Amino acid sequence: MNALVSQHLADLAYVTAIALFILALKWLSSPATARRGVLAGEIGAALAVVTTFFNPTLVELKWVLLAMLAGLIVGIPLGLVHMTAVPQRTAVSHAFGALAAAVIGISEYYVHVPHITPFGMTEIALEVIIGSLSFTGSLIAAGKLQEILPQRPITYRGQNYVSLGVLAAAVILALVLIVHPGMTVLFPAIVVISLIFGVLLVTPIGGADMPTVISLLNSYVGLSAALLGFVLNSKVLVVAGALDGSSGFILSVIMCKAMNRSFTNVLFGAFGQIQVSAKTEREQRPVRSAVAEEAAGILSAANTVVVIPGYGMAVAQAQHKVRELFDLLSQRGVDVKFAIHPVAGRMPGHMNVLLAEADVPYDKLIDMESANSEMAQTDVALIIGANDVTNPAAQTQQGSPIYGMPIIEAHRARTIMVIKRSLSPGFAGIDNDLYYSDRTLMLFGDAKAFVSDLVREISGGGGH
Amino acid sequence: MPPGFMDNLYVFVLAAFLGFEVIRRVSPLLHTPLMSLTNALDAIVVVAAIIICARAETTLSTVLGAIAVVAAFSNMIGGFLITDRMLRMFKSSGRKKS
Repeated sequence: MNALVSQHLADLAYVTAIALFILALKWLSSPATARRGVLAGEIGAALAVVTTFFNPTLVELKWVLLAMLAGLIVGIPLGLVHMTAVPQRTAVSHAFGALAAAVIGISEYYVHVPHITPFGMTEIALEVIIGSLSFTGSLIAAGKLQEILPQRPITYRGQNYVSLGVLAAAVILALVLIVHPGMTVLFPAIVVISLIFGVLLVTPIGGADMPTVISLLNSYVGLSAALLGFVLNSKVLVVAGALDGSSGFILSVIMCKAMNRSFTNVLFGAFGQIQVSAKTEREQRPVRSAVAEEAAGILSAANTVVVIPGYGMAVAQAQHKVRELFDLLSQRGVDVKFAIHPVAGRMPGHMNVLLAEADVPYDKLIDMESANSEMAQTDVALIIGANDVTNPAAQTQQGSPIYGMPIIEAHRARTIMVIKRSLSPGFAGIDNDLYYSDRTLMLFGDAKAFVSDLVREISGGGGH
Repeated sequence: MPPGFMDNLYVFVLAAFLGFEVIRRVSPLLHTPLMSLTNALDAIVVVAAIIICARAETTLSTVLGAIAVVAAFSNMIGGFLITDRMLRMFKSSGRKKS
């Protein structure tokens, strides 16, 4: 009777934890309630963990406690990384989530091995394949984001066939194992092949596609946790995995829409490879460039300025200088807003976090739709480190590889300023007509250095 | 079909739709914290890891369980920590001036 009561109490605690998780995500809908959401999530997680320690099947707690201590030692630094490192940290935590799920699935196989039903084997195989490929895939993504590995797509002829062949091998072995769960030699092979497939899956994907890939991996990690819930018959895991999986899925869809591409195209497209030939003889077209002094004069005389940041701003670490510019212009009565393209940066929401870190108020960060509806009334569109997401070719040139991609319509502003090192094309390897418009001023230089110059000119110039 | 499978399937489908509806409403402003928070919530896998590790069924299951505890628990701690740090940085201009 005691055991039954404690089982019911444990279930009650787990259900409460699930409810708190859902509240956590609900409260995340607005910045005003979001921190309450984190607290709800923390209480739910703590409740679930503490409850688990009362599980009567636990025998030896020594290793668990040591492992938790190790988790604490690893987890705290991972929670304290600098905001610029958040994309790679996220990829690392996807890898950890996938590792945990995969490793538990592997353990379940060996604990039960002669007595596994084909059905149970299907669950385990699926779980271990997805967990393993997400583990190595996330590690490769983290390596690319940390720039240990090259960010450009690494491709070779017939790559997609090789990758799909590897995945097919894992699936075939899994099918054999489902029929004969006792063939233990096959199991490690499935794990290793899935690990290799994860590497092959992410290696060909370029840096600018990282927002989609990170979201997709997020979704896989959630799916593997949910499958683990099926394997272990644990509803907490099923729910947490389903929530994580649907979150990753929604973000992937948003990212794909923002690039006008399909999942298959991101995974197997290796964007930018085909366009190399199109990059031949380009006529030298005249551009208008300006120095900081002129640009500062125009900016401080403007009524409305929309800043369009991109990955270049993050690379140059220019966000704090940009905030100084924002403060100075705001003090002068200029209405400054930041227009954020969904795929700006290396992960969903990357630009928002960097600008929030630099103390830019979040109500000044607007999304693409609102930015475009205000663009015609905007005096200056100031583009810092963004390129393809402002390229009008996406709307006008049917043959362009980015045709159909939603863009921030900077070209509709009265004056366009572009801070850029040189006229080199962006990720997609396509020239940007915006730079040759007679309303565009090119501000050549490093983003951080140039914005510093602007700040100096405006604060020293005594205003207008 | 193992006992509980259908129950789990119901739970999964309902949770996926609920998650879809709730998360769809998250502002794009907070997509990065959303990802780190869902990572932390997903780290509830630690519950299973603790059980696998502490059941002491085989040496392998204890070792693999311990690895899973390290990976999942660090995700839980790190995920909540960084999500809260990020959210603390989001200030509205109204609050800033006061």
